[in-house]
Amino acid sequence: MTEKNLVTAIRDTLHDEMAADDRVILLGEDVGARGGVFKVSEGFMAEFGEDRVVDTPLAESGIVGVAIGMALHGLRPVAEIEFADFIHPAFDQILSEASRMRYRTNGDWGCPMVIRAPCGGGIHGALYHSQSIEAFYAHIPGVKVVMPSTPADAAGMLRSSIADPDPVLFLEHKKCYRLIKGEVSDEPFTTPIGRADVKREGTDLTVVSYGYELHRCLDAAARLEGEDGVGAEVIDVRSLAPLDTETILASVRKTSRAMVVYEDNRTYGAGAEIAAVIAEQAMFDLDAPIVRIGGPDIPAMPFAGALEHSFMEPEPDHIFAAMRRLARF
Amino acid sequence: MSTQVSETALGSGLTGDDLLAMHRTMVTARLIDEAALRQNRMGRAPFVVPVSGHEGCQIGTAWPMRRGVDVWVPYYRDLGIVLVAGMTPEQVFLGIFSKASDPTSGGRQMPNHWSSRELGIVSHSSPIATQVPHAAGIAYAMKYRNEDAVVASWFGEGATSEGDWHEGLNFAAIHRLPVVFVCENNEYAISVPQAKQMAVADVASRAEGYGMPGVVVDGNDVLACYGAMKDAHDRARTGGGPTLIECKTYRFLPHTSDDDDKTYRSREEVEEHRHHDPVERFATELVDGGVADRDALRIAHDEVKAVVEAAIQAAWDAPDPDPATVGLHVFAEDPG
Repeated sequence: MTEKNLVTAIRDTLHDEMAADDRVILLGEDVGARGGVFKVSEGFMAEFGEDRVVDTPLAESGIVGVAIGMALHGLRPVAEIEFADFIHPAFDQILSEASRMRYRTNGDWGCPMVIRAPCGGGIHGALYHSQSIEAFYAHIPGVKVVMPSTPADAAGMLRSSIADPDPVLFLEHKKCYRLIKGEVSDEPFTTPIGRADVKREGTDLTVVSYGYELHRCLDAAARLEGEDGVGAEVIDVRSLAPLDTETILASVRKTSRAMVVYEDNRTYGAGAEIAAVIAEQAMFDLDAPIVRIGGPDIPAMPFAGALEHSFMEPEPDHIFAAMRRLARF
Repeated sequence: MSTQVSETALGSGLTGDDLLAMHRTMVTARLIDEAALRQNRMGRAPFVVPVSGHEGCQIGTAWPMRRGVDVWVPYYRDLGIVLVAGMTPEQVFLGIFSKASDPTSGGRQMPNHWSSRELGIVSHSSPIATQVPHAAGIAYAMKYRNEDAVVASWFGEGATSEGDWHEGLNFAAIHRLPVVFVCENNEYAISVPQAKQMAVADVASRAEGYGMPGVVVDGNDVLACYGAMKDAHDRARTGGGPTLIECKTYRFLPHTSDDDDKTYRSREEVEEHRHHDPVERFATELVDGGVADRDALRIAHDEVKAVVEAAIQAAWDAPDPDPATVGLHVFAEDPG
């Protein structure tokens, strides 16, 4: 075991996968000589060569479209979108092409490819370096959407994503990159896509989250235990699509109280889907209305510190306060 | 004129049998097209996409491609391309009637959205030009794996307005990839004439901006199309990188069975273009060049007609997809 931060776990895993399989190709903007703006591929070009670490033109639809072609002809491309905010020109390639290739050919062709995209805010990224994009893509059948939030999950899920026969959108919360550290096995291991993980056990309420918000929920849960003696169970969704409803429902049936916390703006987000699943399938197990905490429905996260803080934390300790209210309902 | 064309053909290494096979494939495309439209008017085919007028540029540019080696990335008008790639008339009608055994999609896609992994035909969608970066990616994989293979992508001139078209050509040129881009310029993007799509006379002139050769060819001259593609295919195979070929052609029928082309072009204009029918023109060249006589071509035509009629019957009798399969193949773990 080695302690690593999230971005190092991603870097090391990607490195090992490239070393183990020459079908794995990395392509994207600045991934080569620059080593990626977050240094995920630092040194890769020198080690693996320019034909495996492809600095592309600044064209996101082309990056994903070319990666689809590579996947169709036997390679295992890992396409990096420099910031998730810039992925939108590639929406059509992901929606109309990658996600439908297998379905529209009745299983004849498939697109084994990974699209990595650093996402999320709280890092002074303003409108175009802070976005949450998961809901757009989790809505699309045929593409898997994951967002691991610990170094071990990032390593295990990246390995699973590269091995997956279908397209995976691998989202990496930038705020977690260096802030979140954890033990990672030195031996190669996989973490399955489509399984949530109970990051903290508890019996009094269920908190479902992912990304950077997960860590804030874990902090709030620890405080709630200390101050009120209330045990919050915190579930890390990890995989937004497919969504592990079984783990979520099992927890809710145990605690009878449910809360969903996510950074994306509230409306039509992942929280709506998770809340709907709970409402549909565990309504009579609940002792309180489902609580949904999302970002404000404003176009994006502003730059000024005070405004950004307001987006992330509209009132002091808002997650902790909501947990306490739900526990006392 | 026709004799000169035949000499060009011989110079390209084509035999008389090759020429007759090309002609037969053009006739097959034409007769499938006419029959498909009749099936549509009879109410048996909800939607068909005509090809008539494009047979010359399609059979000509498809012919240098090698079955089982090269990869085909067509668009929805490319009936002639997929026939050369090895799709049978019966398979085409299985798609038109959206039957369970339709090789392209098992009845999931609209007709003409070609695909067959076995034949190396890559599936495409209805959004335009999205397949162009796929061709570049396939070519990248071919080069990376040192394959002696070429990928070709076909599209209309309408596709050249899309960002994906630009991004695909640009990437292919940067890496000198083994790919040929073939534009079947029929002057209209459904109803929008070329003058409202671009300010240049030739799509091929854009090639210079990407750093690849651009070639303009008469799309109604099947052998000229063959020659241009043969050169481009050889260039791609020998490390010379991509080529953009523009075939000037015309579509005789509406965009699809749901289109009314009388709203945007005159009957006189269509009639004038029918005088340059690539199928008729090639037949005349074959006769004038002494490759075949009119009787032989007539017999071939009747043979193809019988094949098409049999294909329609067999495809019509084939089973429809089972509704229980609608949820299969979203992911690899949902097998059929």
